[in-house]
Amino acid sequence: MRTVPVIAVNVFRESVRDKVLYNLVAFAILMMGASYLVGQLTAGQDVKMIKDLGLAAMSLFGLLIAVFIGIGLVSKEVERRSIYSLLAKPIRREEFILGKYSGLLLTLFVNISVMTVALYVVLGVMAWTQPIVEKAADARALDPAMLKAIVLILAELAIVTACALFFSSFSTPILSAALTLGVWVIGHFNADLKHFENVVSSPVAAWIARALYYLLPNLAPFDVKAAVVHGQPVAGGHVLLTLAYATMYIGALIVATVTIFARRDFK
Amino acid sequence: MTAATDRSDAVPVSRAIVAASALLALAIGVQVVHDRRYPDSTEGLDPFLYLQSGPMVTRLALSYSAVAADLDWIRAVQHFGGDRLSNRPKKYHLLYPLLDRATTLDPRFNVAYRFGAIFLAEPYPGGAGRPDLAIALLQKGVVAQPDKWEYYQDIGFVYYWQLHDYKAAADWFQRGGSVPGGPWWLRTMAAVTLARGGDRATSRELWRQILAAADNDFLRDQAQLRLTQLDAMDQIDQLQALVSRYRAATGRLPESWLALARAGMLALRGQAPADPSGSPYRLNPETGNVSLSPTSRLHPLPTEPPGAAAGQ
Repeated sequence: MRTVPVIAVNVFRESVRDKVLYNLVAFAILMMGASYLVGQLTAGQDVKMIKDLGLAAMSLFGLLIAVFIGIGLVSKEVERRSIYSLLAKPIRREEFILGKYSGLLLTLFVNISVMTVALYVVLGVMAWTQPIVEKAADARALDPAMLKAIVLILAELAIVTACALFFSSFSTPILSAALTLGVWVIGHFNADLKHFENVVSSPVAAWIARALYYLLPNLAPFDVKAAVVHGQPVAGGHVLLTLAYATMYIGALIVATVTIFARRDFK
Repeated sequence: MTAATDRSDAVPVSRAIVAASALLALAIGVQVVHDRRYPDSTEGLDPFLYLQSGPMVTRLALSYSAVAADLDWIRAVQHFGGDRLSNRPKKYHLLYPLLDRATTLDPRFNVAYRFGAIFLAEPYPGGAGRPDLAIALLQKGVVAQPDKWEYYQDIGFVYYWQLHDYKAAADWFQRGGSVPGGPWWLRTMAAVTLARGGDRATSRELWRQILAAADNDFLRDQAQLRLTQLDAMDQIDQLQALVSRYRAATGRLPESWLALARAGMLALRGQAPADPSGSPYRLNPETGNVSLSPTSRLHPLPTEPPGAAAGQ
């Protein structure tokens, strides 16, 4: 298992080489531009808008990285045929998958951490230079509760990354991207499946829908962005249970990925 | 040297920049010619909201409904401001759909409810002249946040100020005062409204309370404007009383402010009496009516029930 961190660091280095972190520049420009523009357009809702925009951008940029880098973690190695030399070394296939996954997670973590600092800096400057805009907001500009939403965004991205890795272990990159994005979309509508019996009369269909509800990732609880922006309390229990769910779900996906990958023939 | 590393035939960077800039300039030129020759066929058409269903937009927005609500809010402010300042006939037809959608996307969007309360209810052309929609929007806010006493106050206010239904206004003030955390003065206001509904002193007190509790600029500006309008209404009443005195003394109407000054009833300091925004009041020599200048920032004044000023 000592090879896992080595592979992970290499994935991170590769993402830096591939200029993935350039999205941080885009984020910084977006935040600075928005902080200037919202003052002109939003009739005093500056703090809310910057928080909404910052959290949404974190989630969206992270989603794009998780999907489009995640699907290439395995397929790129196969395409470049570097998988042969890698697997010829004393690296077990589960270590390879875990290393790849941890590497992308590290990239996402660094990415989100820098964005978090940038968001707090922009909000801090805003609150310092225009104290009146903070008065109009439901929560303080530098509200630490925003970190709860950010942690849950990171956890959601970890599930999406695990999905991308899972699909890419047996499918083409394009199909993997489509499937991962599909799962992400369904994950936000998942709660509808739970009460499907209200819209269909067939008990079988309702039962299948209920089974899908538990089988597919339920991503709605990870979205507490609006609550923290409005200063609504987000229970610690909710955060812990959601994180526990993410850990279990990711574990299941990694086990499935490893199982499929272990049976792949690279001859 | 291989083809991959041989860069001797590459175009120099400076030349490439010049070429790209020239092509971009040409593209802009073509765009300008195109715009002149084929003007935008949608220009002048009323803007339209394709998706009016808030729940559907909430679905489409996935986990970004708060940002979608922000965009609707920005559009509502721009739509209202643009229509209000334009010389075209004002319509404000998207104000309610945009605010309704914004508050469906983000049910805790406090400012959207309160903005709607004022500008949907405001008589045309200053606002949409739709107090019914203002009340509907605020009632949606009450359902989303039953503990938000400000919405009850705002509903009461629309009943009071726009619909002159003082019983309903008092009822909403009472309900707002009974909400946990609701201010005590709302209950006092309910009693006063019921007893002396419509008098100017009560209106002034309401706006003072709104000004004191305002948590955003537009609400503060609106309260300030209304208080200034009430001051102007007081001044008009005083000037009107002078006109009546002049008529009683001379048997005719004054032809100008100068006539009142010559009769020693009005001290003119080189100019006609001005409203608090600095615009001179108008005196109609044929009817003796004193009114605001249509160009005044305070125009038009709100309508009051008969005898409203007497309660002061």
